[in-house]
Amino acid sequence: MLNDWLFIGIFLVLAPIFPGLAIVITRIIAPRKPNLLKSQTYECGIQTFGDTWVQFKAQYYIFALVFLIFDVEIVFLYPWAVAFNQLPLFAVLEGVLFILILVTGLVYAWRKGALEWV
Amino acid sequence: MGDPITLIAEFIRGLLTGWGFSSGLVTLILKFLGVGAVASFVLVLDILLVWVERKIVARFQDRLGPNRLGPFGLIQPIADVIKLLIKEDILPEGADKVVYNLAPIFPLATVLLLWAVIPMAPTILGSDVNIGVLYIVAIGDLGTLGIIMAGWASNNKYALIGAFRTVAQMVSYEVPMVIALLIPVILAHSMGMQSIVDAQSVWFVVMAPLAALIFLITSIAELGRAPFDLTEAESEIVAGFHIEYTGMKFGLFYAGELLHALTVSALMSTLFLGGWRGPFVEQAPILGVVYLFIKAFFVYYVIMWVRYSFPRLRIDQMLNFCWKFLTPLALVLLIVTAILDKVLAGAATSVYILSNLGANLVIAWVTVQILVTYAKRERQRVGQEREIASFRKPEVEELIAQEVVK
Repeated sequence: MLNDWLFIGIFLVLAPIFPGLAIVITRIIAPRKPNLLKSQTYECGIQTFGDTWVQFKAQYYIFALVFLIFDVEIVFLYPWAVAFNQLPLFAVLEGVLFILILVTGLVYAWRKGALEWV
Repeated sequence: MGDPITLIAEFIRGLLTGWGFSSGLVTLILKFLGVGAVASFVLVLDILLVWVERKIVARFQDRLGPNRLGPFGLIQPIADVIKLLIKEDILPEGADKVVYNLAPIFPLATVLLLWAVIPMAPTILGSDVNIGVLYIVAIGDLGTLGIIMAGWASNNKYALIGAFRTVAQMVSYEVPMVIALLIPVILAHSMGMQSIVDAQSVWFVVMAPLAALIFLITSIAELGRAPFDLTEAESEIVAGFHIEYTGMKFGLFYAGELLHALTVSALMSTLFLGGWRGPFVEQAPILGVVYLFIKAFFVYYVIMWVRYSFPRLRIDQMLNFCWKFLTPLALVLLIVTAILDKVLAGAATSVYILSNLGANLVIAWVTVQILVTYAKRERQRVGQEREIASFRKPEVEELIAQEVVK
């Protein structure tokens, strides 16, 4: 068991090194001759206007909130799914009840118009 | 038994033990070599994927594709890599330097990490952790982080819009995907990837075709490929989040995307298409790798087929499709699978499989009926609106006539 996690741990350390190496190599062998025009923001040909980091559409935030609630609740279902064959029918029905509460949440968000892109 | 990789591992273990290393250190070194082997195998495959992608795209678009460098243009991707390496590296004005440089590492690194738990053969797999599916969900999400970093740090409005769209899309499609992933977990009674493959004496795609379909659709959305490619829609926001990246940094995003496509194909084959299962795999485990990659490339081909056949969705269509269609469908599937599994706990395997398949077919039929009704109603509504728009009432005509006379 611990050996399995050791493998993932080593992978976690090594995986960023491969792409990182590519960036370092370009750093060394690629030419760097920056000038004012070249480093301009590439938008549509005319000079960029105003600040980029502005307030953005609130709709994205609502979707993120709905996602957060759903994802956390669904991750709770994973242990339930794994222990499935040891569970009595009652526990399974309880799980189904939990999913139905989740569905209620979805219906609420739907009726409330949170899933509408306006 | 006749498996070259185990033989090599045993040989190295014997050699190192002979040199007087302690067994813990030998295990550590072997794990390091294993990680290196998996990662370099996958990266070499990634370079090959550039060729596969370009060649197949060309065929879809009635072209020849790369055919100058080497036989069938096979050396082309290597030339591409060299070209990307020696391209000038531009830092755009006003960009957040650290975040801008860190962002390209994420997409490729997270996809590489997913290969740690994909079993390639009965004896060949990186690590058989007992929470494999949860690991996939957790690590798969990290790629989004690189995209939002890239979009935010570039100091470019198009990049920022692209990043927002990507996050909205990935975050939305994560929900049906996670629910669809629960279904193989219920069917196999385990989250370990190897035990999921072991449980598939009958492929899960037979027992849960709808879950497989949902997984495929959501994976395509997570990839950001057409028809869900509005995150990098060329015609509106140029290239989305990687618009300001040049040279190898752009190449890393590109490589990450290609490898992600192959990785979800491999995941799909592992979870639904029986993974390394195939004839004679018990006698020669190395065959499992071949079977896995045949299945993975088949799914990869399907993903490309979809990519070059369908037009792009609008953002509201994309979100509606996820939240109002895929998520409820996946929840219904989950409930039905869970109850069926418990009710048929003692039943024969064939009964179990057939009733699961039957339940899926019934749900699919009901879904199609609902969709047909909805489409009819929508068509009527749009038609009426058009009529109202085109039809002028007589009194209005009169008024207009009076106006003209005045």
